[in-house]
Amino acid sequence: MYTEIAIGMVMSIGMIGPAIGLGLLVGKGLEAIGRNPEAAGKIQTNMILGMAFTEAIAIYALVVALILKFV
Amino acid sequence: MAANLHISISAETLTKFGSLNFSNSLFTSTIVTILMLIFFVLVNRSLDSKKKKPGALQNLAEFIIEGFSGMVQGVTGDEKKTRFFMPFFISFFLFVLFNNWFGLLPGVGTVGFKETISGTEHAVLLENKVSIPVSEVQASTEEVANEEAVIEDHGKKDGEEFVETETRRGFVPYLRAGTADLNTTLALGLFSQVMAQIIGVKYLGLSYFKKFFNFKDPIMFFVGILELVSEFSKILSYAFRLFGNIFAGEVLLVVISALIPLVVPMPFYGLELFVGFIQALVFALLSLVFFNVATISHDDH
Repeated sequence: MYTEIAIGMVMSIGMIGPAIGLGLLVGKGLEAIGRNPEAAGKIQTNMILGMAFTEAIAIYALVVALILKFV
Repeated sequence: MAANLHISISAETLTKFGSLNFSNSLFTSTIVTILMLIFFVLVNRSLDSKKKKPGALQNLAEFIIEGFSGMVQGVTGDEKKTRFFMPFFISFFLFVLFNNWFGLLPGVGTVGFKETISGTEHAVLLENKVSIPVSEVQASTEEVANEEAVIEDHGKKDGEEFVETETRRGFVPYLRAGTADLNTTLALGLFSQVMAQIIGVKYLGLSYFKKFFNFKDPIMFFVGILELVSEFSKILSYAFRLFGNIFAGEVLLVVISALIPLVVPMPFYGLELFVGFIQALVFALLSLVFFNVATISHDDH
């Protein structure tokens, strides 16, 4: 049972940071596109790259949770 | 219900060549590689300068290559570098993309065979370290028979539970998405990082290593150590990002289809198609960016 609680805590606590980060990232990206719509393509590419980096942190927590669950 | 789901974090072994395991994810990535090779050989055959109009195959290949060459040009900003990085970018992208999407085909991960378990139940129990405290039972001869019965009962229950899990784990699917195996993604990440170092040496010579070992002042020395560590952490980052996304997608689809098998999994299926595309793009784009960073001298920026 402790493993299940640990899985829940890994996911819930581990997702807080990346969630805030992703929200900020996309919000600022859209703001930038709104200010300068011509640069939308460049901003989008860099935004997706940044999102991948941020998401990777969430994925680390997910991998730990999956290992706890299935190994 | 949860007992019926087949979820395994590691790829299952199909056959063995000596001590080498041939896993189902390796089988799938081999199929993908062969299909890609056939496609590009066909494209190469269809190229003919005498024909006035290009065929459908050539159009498709040109569409792919032209689309990506613009993207690579936007990152590198140099025609020569673009021509050099393009093959890496496109092969990373297409290999990861088709591996991701292959896992979504019906039959992948569901069609397979039951692995036969050789050996007696006792041997299987030993193998899995399910220890029935036999010595404890023998040692406590003074204890009443009722306690012994409880222990025996417990042991029997363990065995039963174990047999049930074994039949579940004994299932081996023929196919499994190549990128849903940590070995594949780790190999891709290693290749990308090693290639970044080679490209750095090719463009900057031995002065490339000044990025890591700089003895001019103490601050740059510690920055160099950080750079060195980050090169290794990038490998893990590549491997876990791709593996985590694709494997988590498979688990999500399995769980959702087990909960509500009709209609409901469809939007998740679309989501997985999108995630597979984005992750392939991210992998290719990140390796391209790191290749490009490796070519830029540290003193310049």
